[in-house]
Amino acid sequence: MPGNLVTSEFLVNVDHERCRRCKRCILNCGFGVFDFQSMTTADSSKCVACHRCAIFCPEEAITIVRNPLAFREHSSWDVDKRKAIWKQAQTPGMILTGMGNDLPWLNVFDHLLIDACQVTNPSIDPLREPMELRTYLGRKPDSLKVERSNGEFRLETKVANNIKLDIPIMFSGMSYGSVSLNTHRALAIAAEKLGTVMNTGEGGLHRELYPYKDHIIVQCASGRFGVHSEYLNAGVAVEIKVGQGAKPGIGGHLPGEKIGVEVSGTRMIPEGTDALSPAPHHDIYSIEDLRQLIYALKEATGYKPVSVKIATVHNVAAIASGIARAGADIIYLDGFRGGTGASPAVIRDHVGIPLEIALAVVDQQLRSEGIRNWVSIIAAGGIRSSADVAKAIALGADAVGIGTAALIALGCRLCQKCYTGNCSWGIATQRPELTGRLDPDWGAERLVNLVNSWSLELKEILGALGVNAIESLRGNRERLRSLGLDASTTEIIGVKPAGR
Amino acid sequence: MIVAFGDQYREWRVDTCKVPAACGLSGIMSEDGNLMAGDQIIESMRNIHDRGNGLGGGFAAYGIYPDYPDHYALHIMFEDSAGKVACESLLEESLEVAAAGDLPTQPSPAIVNAPILWRYFAKPRGELVEAAGLGDDDFMVRLVMTINTTVPGTFVFSSGKNMGVFKAVGFAEDVGEFFKLPEYQAYTWIGHGRFPTNTPGWWGGAHPFNILDWAVVHNGEISSYGINKRYLEMFGYECTLLTDTEVMAYLFDLLIRKHGLPLEVACKVLAAPFWKDIDIDEDPGEKELFESLRMVYASALVNGPFAVIVGFSRGMLGLNDRIKLRPLIAARKDDLLYVASEEAAIRQICPRPDKVWAPNAGQPVIGKLKGDV
Repeated sequence: MPGNLVTSEFLVNVDHERCRRCKRCILNCGFGVFDFQSMTTADSSKCVACHRCAIFCPEEAITIVRNPLAFREHSSWDVDKRKAIWKQAQTPGMILTGMGNDLPWLNVFDHLLIDACQVTNPSIDPLREPMELRTYLGRKPDSLKVERSNGEFRLETKVANNIKLDIPIMFSGMSYGSVSLNTHRALAIAAEKLGTVMNTGEGGLHRELYPYKDHIIVQCASGRFGVHSEYLNAGVAVEIKVGQGAKPGIGGHLPGEKIGVEVSGTRMIPEGTDALSPAPHHDIYSIEDLRQLIYALKEATGYKPVSVKIATVHNVAAIASGIARAGADIIYLDGFRGGTGASPAVIRDHVGIPLEIALAVVDQQLRSEGIRNWVSIIAAGGIRSSADVAKAIALGADAVGIGTAALIALGCRLCQKCYTGNCSWGIATQRPELTGRLDPDWGAERLVNLVNSWSLELKEILGALGVNAIESLRGNRERLRSLGLDASTTEIIGVKPAGR
Repeated sequence: MIVAFGDQYREWRVDTCKVPAACGLSGIMSEDGNLMAGDQIIESMRNIHDRGNGLGGGFAAYGIYPDYPDHYALHIMFEDSAGKVACESLLEESLEVAAAGDLPTQPSPAIVNAPILWRYFAKPRGELVEAAGLGDDDFMVRLVMTINTTVPGTFVFSSGKNMGVFKAVGFAEDVGEFFKLPEYQAYTWIGHGRFPTNTPGWWGGAHPFNILDWAVVHNGEISSYGINKRYLEMFGYECTLLTDTEVMAYLFDLLIRKHGLPLEVACKVLAAPFWKDIDIDEDPGEKELFESLRMVYASALVNGPFAVIVGFSRGMLGLNDRIKLRPLIAARKDDLLYVASEEAAIRQICPRPDKVWAPNAGQPVIGKLKGDV
């Protein structure tokens, strides 16, 4: 009987007339597709379409195509469902995957349109006038007390520590272990240059990156990997990761293959052991427990802002309200399209709700309770462009987090095989021969370019809207219209349909 | 003349967007508290007739009711007598009404379809204020919001003490004559001629907008309207009219009356200084103040073109947006402060001012009443 009923997803073709037998493809493929026996051969079954070989082939001799093998069409039993069954019938276990939800669920961002000024109010030219993107994250008082003394106004209220960002875009948490140290280096260098922050993810912070502490948010997740008091103070804020958009309700998974000596040292776990975060924090079984951890972390850090990251699940508005009342300074909403290094596909693809909707209802809930000033909202998990940034901010986000977009900037092709540790781009891998190929300075430059491009586009959008500060877009749903959204979703996210 | 009445208007508005409008403004204040009849402000507004289109004109006057200095003077419009009955039962429940009567008008061919216009001098019932756990002012704000949102066809023009708002669909100068303003004596007058671009005229929608002591006339379209409105809603203000100006009036009330910010500081919230200027501020105290104001009151930044004149019992304010996208000119002559959309509107009534200047973007012009008037 055949062992494997699953056919290759892609076919790799080498044009042997063009191939000069330089073997770069063999060196570059992290998945071991290529071999050389008098000529270059390819095992298509291993190919994930990461394009590393095609980009590094000097003769453009390699083409990768989707396997055209015909399946009898069935609108209910699409090919992916049949393949999943063949795989699970072959070896029992959950189907793992990486990156974000890839099913064609409704994308609300793609049904929102942004306003612009005409005649009755002027648009503003961002090339000629100041256009402000600066953003502060953290708790703000409801009001300020100002006194006049000797003819001068003086602030009487002490405002809590906030994180100052030059741009409302930060790098989302991606742990050292799931991604390479060079990826972390690139993110840290870029965050510093951009005047923003990177988030460590749940794997601790390599000591080499401690000098970037003004541009780092350190994360404390259920596995407590790499958490110690020095680490907690190695950033501008601490984030309690309760959930992740790609896998709400379950903990992080890092296979032992990715845990070498450096990751082991940083995470404070033995080499080669699987790092499986518990699904819940075992010291947080309810909201009052969360409050205790928030204040424990504040005490440990001299009252730096504490962020709480949650996946966007059905009851997200009430949960967020509880988090705000538990003392958090920032709520980080991770939408169901958020990425992951490893997740069961069934969870990634079917659990949670879209960021756009969650963000809108959380912002509105906090406003209805009059506590919106208490917390900042970060929206992440599905931000793909500056348009998404603008729409998220208009729906109510203070800032957005980008993870997948940052990795794509570093070369990631979204092959969704991060969990294998074979990333040919040196991103989601710990194999030294692969991690070495991601130059942190090259990566940082690309990240800086990307975010600066988005900032320019964001300024252009603000100018068209006739405002010159990002806070005038924040929560300003009046400047959004929906197109092609059903009436109830339109109402829930608090925008009007186009034409009204 | 198109006249659509309140509920119909409101319904129409809920389904559409807020109303862009361009306008003409003028204000006069005597810092010595000398009283002036309404002729001057009418003449000033007549000069900038073309800045309005006849779909709304109005005035606010301070110091006009010296006989009732401690009573809230309510100017209320009713589209029909049913609204008046319903409203009056609410008033009766909540207030001790010292005097009531119709707001004097004279027939004018330029002003048609007038609603019922009534005036009340009243104080909140002490036991109710106490039971509600509010101060008199907050009690009145709540009452005004309740009337505006629940009584059909009824709208409170003004609710301050020793002041009043007079407004209608029509050109400002005609509105002034209609309300017989030359017969009133005030130390501050502000006027407004409206040029709405896509809305039927509605008496309640004309300027000034008022809440308690604050009366606002406004030229501009607030591009940040959506978030300013949502911010105000957190503090219990309901923006029933969906106009920019209403937002402006409530912001002043929130920042100054409720949060206790000095007027000058509130102006730095509404027209916030730029970060590039804050960053190089050499006074660390001021720098911290401005930075904190922008952090805490980010949603109260009024962005987009505006020029406003705000009247209040102790003074008058002229203010532009942070990059001055609407005209505003100021002048002084003896104890008088003038602020207007155009210099011509000032010179019409004060041909030789001591000083005329164009206030910089975001720099308030403030007139303050001297002594006890």
